Amino acid sequence: MTSRDQPILEVKNLETHFPLDEGTVVAVNGASFEVMPGKTLGIVGESGCGKSVAARSIMRILDKPGEIVGGEILFRRNRGESSEKVVDIASMDSNSAEIKSIRGGEIAYVFQEPMTSFSPVHTIGNQIIEAIRLHQDISKEGAREIAIHALDAVGIPLAERRLSDYSFQLSGGLRQRAMIAMTLVSNPTILIADEPTTALDVTNQAQLLELMSELQTDNGMAIVLITHDLGVIAEMADHVAVMYLGEVVESAPVDDIFHNPQHPYTKALLKSIPKIRSNSSERLASISGTVPHPYDRPPGCAFGPRCDFFMPGRCDASIPALQEVRPVHQVSCFLYDEGD
Amino acid sequence: MTTTESRLPEERLLEVSDLEKHFPIKQGFLKREVGRILAVDGVNFHINDGETLGLVGESGCGKTTTARCILRAVDPTNGEILFRTREDEVVDIAMLKGAELKKIRSDIQMIFQDPFSSLNPRMTLLDTIGEPLLLNNIGSKHDREERVAELLEMVGLRPEYMRRFPHAFSGGQRQRIGIARALALNPKLVVADEPVSALDVSVQAQVLNLLADLQGELGLTYLFVAHDLSVVKHISDRVAVMYVGKLVEMAPTDELFSTPKHPYTAALLSAVPEPDPRAKSERIILQGEVANPADPPSGCYFHPRCSYATEQCKLETPVLQEITDGHYVSCHRAEELILEGVLAE
Repeated sequence: MTSRDQPILEVKNLETHFPLDEGTVVAVNGASFEVMPGKTLGIVGESGCGKSVAARSIMRILDKPGEIVGGEILFRRNRGESSEKVVDIASMDSNSAEIKSIRGGEIAYVFQEPMTSFSPVHTIGNQIIEAIRLHQDISKEGAREIAIHALDAVGIPLAERRLSDYSFQLSGGLRQRAMIAMTLVSNPTILIADEPTTALDVTNQAQLLELMSELQTDNGMAIVLITHDLGVIAEMADHVAVMYLGEVVESAPVDDIFHNPQHPYTKALLKSIPKIRSNSSERLASISGTVPHPYDRPPGCAFGPRCDFFMPGRCDASIPALQEVRPVHQVSCFLYDEGD
Repeated sequence: MTTTESRLPEERLLEVSDLEKHFPIKQGFLKREVGRILAVDGVNFHINDGETLGLVGESGCGKTTTARCILRAVDPTNGEILFRTREDEVVDIAMLKGAELKKIRSDIQMIFQDPFSSLNPRMTLLDTIGEPLLLNNIGSKHDREERVAELLEMVGLRPEYMRRFPHAFSGGQRQRIGIARALALNPKLVVADEPVSALDVSVQAQVLNLLADLQGELGLTYLFVAHDLSVVKHISDRVAVMYVGKLVEMAPTDELFSTPKHPYTAALLSAVPEPDPRAKSERIILQGEVANPADPPSGCYFHPRCSYATEQCKLETPVLQEITDGHYVSCHRAEELILEGVLAE
């Protein structure tokens, strides 16, 4: 019916903790965001803001001792059966058959480090063929054909010969393409890409971003793009969630984020980056201090101590909730609290 | 000395001519040389006193090796590196040995990329920042402490921190410590190799501002090696672009970003994603991969990926030429091509 208007993935108040000997690291602290079918959600934030942990929570591939302690991850499955079915990934066992059929099948994941995301002791071909046969009942020869086709589709020259290469024989850009080829063989409905271009040079990055847009147009998959690079976000995303210390502080359409940002952190972040297409070489507006360590979160709003609009007694007293300030534009900041 | 003296114009602090650094590829039991990686393959540029020269290029283009040759962290295979010392003498760094080399080292200092691995975790800030002074027998213990306190203040850290160890500091603070150490001996030239690429966006601005402030206060000259073109544009007076061991273009920053003359520079500039969703620029997508520096293509190294390449580009290697005042390009078609930059003129 109107499934295109409904989110394919809905993360609600996700909380992911890492209980360590030194204390509990609250990596994700009540984050909420939605992924629309066929669209790109950009999640942007600095290191330690919990963007990768949030993505790994969706895939249920958290490193130990990380665990989801609260919230829901609602995923709309529409594979195979005629009727759609909404499942809560957060409540599944991370080893269950159900999550295994979703992971790498309907939801695929591209890692940041192309060097470490392939096994160095198996050929690229064997790894892709294994991925295909894990989710489809198909012969080795059939899987091989699909693998060649996938490598071809991501623009790897001499695809058939590359099948017998090992990952270290490929350059960084080709390796990341092969990684994307491997995720595509299962026709995912969501592709989660965690800093997919961070390890690449700008010209390779441009190639890869173009490839991802093309694949999205062809396959209609949704993309969750996680990055710290605001340039990449502006280029690729339809909707953006800005994260800071485990929380989504602002969530809005991409144009609003860049041209009408509301949260003081988003505003400050945009001012602090040097822009290649501006003529001015003025001083950069920097954000004072550093991202606090997740062991000692400041009380109240996590950005409070670095914020120019800090209101004593208010911002350090309670955590502001994410609320709508305009249609589809949400901010968590007391500046926009009209309640009192 | 007099011969080198006359070859370095007065406003220049450093001049690199025909610099080459080849790394042999050795194989087999006898470690026979089977090939050479031409990491730096004939590079020419100069840095004026008090300016910032940005050196950009993709990974493997030889920008770090070039910087390391200037510091003599590696010995160049060929070429000349003329440098004006603080005594106003002109020396060829490439030829220096022993005591002469040691003397020059305090004039040229380095800031490293990774603030986590470039500081010894077992040394306090006092030891780390004071070590250059100790090695050069400068001052008493008390003098050194005073100097370290002064340096810490200069980079925006509290002098009380000097007895702490690096683990107590964040990435941005550690990079400040690395800067303080580089400044301990009052260098003339500071070589900064990707000094902000390991830092978070919000911290990156702090360190860039600090570097700019220090340059104003101390009259420093920077060689700023980086791959991030937005950062390089922000901090540099002039920019040099490298591709597979060669310098392809060098020009004043605004000129390079508004009217690039080399097709590689134009492609590199257009590939940078702009943090503005309304700026949908025409992007030049380069085909293929960066050439292998152990087996570079014939003629112009960029010709297999260049959409303007002609027969001449396949056969003849272009040389770096000054085509307009201060704008150097190594391209056969530099005079005729009209390429688009990212800045309005």
